[in-house]
Amino acid sequence: MLRRVYVWELPVRFYHWLNALVMVALVATGFYIADPLALQSQREATGKFTMGWIRYIHFAAAYLFFFNFLARIYWGFVGNKFANWKQFIPVSGTFFKEMWTVIKMDVLMMKNREHMSIGHNALAGFTYFLTFILFLIQCLTGFGLYAAMSDWWFPQLFAWVPALFGGDILTRQIHHWAMWFFILFVVIHIYLVFYHDYIEGRGEISSMGGGWKFIEEEAFEKEHTHTPNPE
Amino acid sequence: MIHETLPSPPTYYEEVERKGYSRREFMAFVTTMAAFMGLENSAIGQVVHALETKSRVPVIWLHFQECTCCSESFIRSSHPIVADILLDKISLDYTETLMAASGVQAEEAMKHTMEKYRGEYILCVEGSVPTGADGVYCMIGGKTSLQILEEAAAGAKAVIAWGSCASNGCVQAARPNPTNATPIHKLLKGIPLIKVPGCPPIGEVMAGVIVHLVTFGKIPELDRLGRPKAFYSKRVHDSCYRRAYYDAGLFVESFDDENAKKGYCLYKVGCKGPSTYNACGVMRWNGGTSFPIQAGHGCIGCSEENFWDNGRFYERASAFAGFGIEANADTLGKAALAATGVGIAAHAIATNVRKHKLIAGKVQEGKISEKEFES
Ligand code: HEM
Ligand code: HEM
Ligand code: SF4
Repeated sequence: MLRRVYVWELPVRFYHWLNALVMVALVATGFYIADPLALQSQREATGKFTMGWIRYIHFAAAYLFFFNFLARIYWGFVGNKFANWKQFIPVSGTFFKEMWTVIKMDVLMMKNREHMSIGHNALAGFTYFLTFILFLIQCLTGFGLYAAMSDWWFPQLFAWVPALFGGDILTRQIHHWAMWFFILFVVIHIYLVFYHDYIEGRGEISSMGGGWKFIEEEAFEKEHTHTPNPE
Repeated sequence: MIHETLPSPPTYYEEVERKGYSRREFMAFVTTMAAFMGLENSAIGQVVHALETKSRVPVIWLHFQECTCCSESFIRSSHPIVADILLDKISLDYTETLMAASGVQAEEAMKHTMEKYRGEYILCVEGSVPTGADGVYCMIGGKTSLQILEEAAAGAKAVIAWGSCASNGCVQAARPNPTNATPIHKLLKGIPLIKVPGCPPIGEVMAGVIVHLVTFGKIPELDRLGRPKAFYSKRVHDSCYRRAYYDAGLFVESFDDENAKKGYCLYKVGCKGPSTYNACGVMRWNGGTSFPIQAGHGCIGCSEENFWDNGRFYERASAFAGFGIEANADTLGKAALAATGVGIAAHAIATNVRKHKLIAGKVQEGKISEKEFES
């Protein structure tokens, strides 16, 4: 018997897919900004706005990315236990023990026993935590650079960031390097989602669609704490 | 001794008159300066008044590890009054490059100014201070640069760090920085300091800073990095006349192509204008004649910190420190991506081998259910 658990509430799913969408947009436009195509045109420059539009999309997506991220942090305090911030930050010995179990099972493949975490497993949670830190760095450097291009007070809140790095040049390089982390994250992330779906057969992939995951009745009875940081 | 018989110093305006400039020329000068400084029209009167009534502010101008391009830029600033009153007459009491005195007399003159005008004189510093090997790389009159700097700064009203050397170390501080060249803000604490970076800074900018100090008796408004906001708050990119091509996405691909002839944007051949804060696009150089981008060369970001180590001049992507000069962030990223791909493939294969029983069980279970449906 499989038991149905409502894991990802609508705000988490909404966050996830909006985040995935703007991330793809940011990486694509970011690459273009870093190394634009060799366009040719007979028109007057004033009649074209290619780079302008690409940057416009980057900045629009950046705003969505940032506020979506803030909303997710907020949900980490008011959402269900699977969305809680304790899923991400190792604050207990159990968290570390579970991370080690996951490493032995899914990375080193030393163990076969099914690990029945139902939300994020501890290692995944911790990885998302690192990812969120990178989100923060990307937002800080991004809005820091953007401050010089905007008159609005909000980006000005970040104007101290380039000053911290001695100027825009290094800030921009950090912003560029950090992009590669996201690219690697997405590739590995999507692979692992398929991997878990494949070996566990509990609706991993579709969980970000409908919010449901499934757990065996016996496992549910045996382990009542399904978060890596139990109270 | 001469200094005891000196008359009370004349005002700037008296000096201007004595030099034979008309009132009209003086007003034109003030208006130009006010415009450069970003002052409102109403402030012009203030500047005029200050120059009419204030007597010369003594200036000590020190030269350490530098190439004198800042001095060169300053004495070539467009308005003749700049050189005449700010340099000739303001009072450069001590500057190795331009003073007539030398040796003991020069040192004497400096000591004199430092004593007589304690707390009043402006200290201008051109060049970085080498602190390596106890400072032996740059010594003048038997003293290390650091000693001279500290002595001179002790009685200064304000310090101006001319150029990138004094502001951030410039080429002497580029890796591996053999003399341990140090910008002066790292050596002086608790004294108002203005950074005027650039290699060199624009002459009019330098004049503007001095006129501001003289007129208002205090340092101009500075940004977070300690530079005068009036000249360093905008990126070169924001006032660049090629910006329309940037926004259109039309770029020079190499310096000898058709696009270069058409005057397209120099971004892809390494222009650092989008990350460089300076007034080149507005004031230009040599009396507004031109500036690097107008001459077809990208901005090299000379007024930005560590500009010698900030990547190459003719490329956008910069080399990744420690990975050889051909490796930039993207080459490393692509290598990491390939490695990730290999890792994933290996993991997928290992999964099917090591977890064979588990997967086979699931497949079995699924197939049984499928069979049961048929019946
Ligand atoms: C996943 C998130 C993001 C990625 C992958 C990304 C990627 C990039 C890349 C690759 C560049 C080009 C850098 C270069 O010149 O080499 C860039 C530029 C830039 N990004 Fe982002 N970015 C992200 C988020 C943001 C955010 C949140 C902001 C905030 C406003 C932002 C603002 C900027 C700005 C201002 C530039 C410089 C554009 C210019 O000067 O024209 N980015 N980004
Ligand atoms: C640009 C692409 C993507 C990004 C940036 C991304 C990012 C993330 C992040 C940050 C989380 C943590 C969610 C949270 O609790 O806040 C997450 C979880 C998840 N994502 Fe994605 N994702 C992407 C694509 C996908 C795709 C294509 C799928 C496949 C269906 C997917 C399925 C999932 C699932 C099932 C989870 C929860 C599972 C777990 O805890 O490991 N994601 N994703
Ligand atoms: S030439 Fe340089 S400063 Fe001018 S628009 Fe292009 S990138 Fe910007």
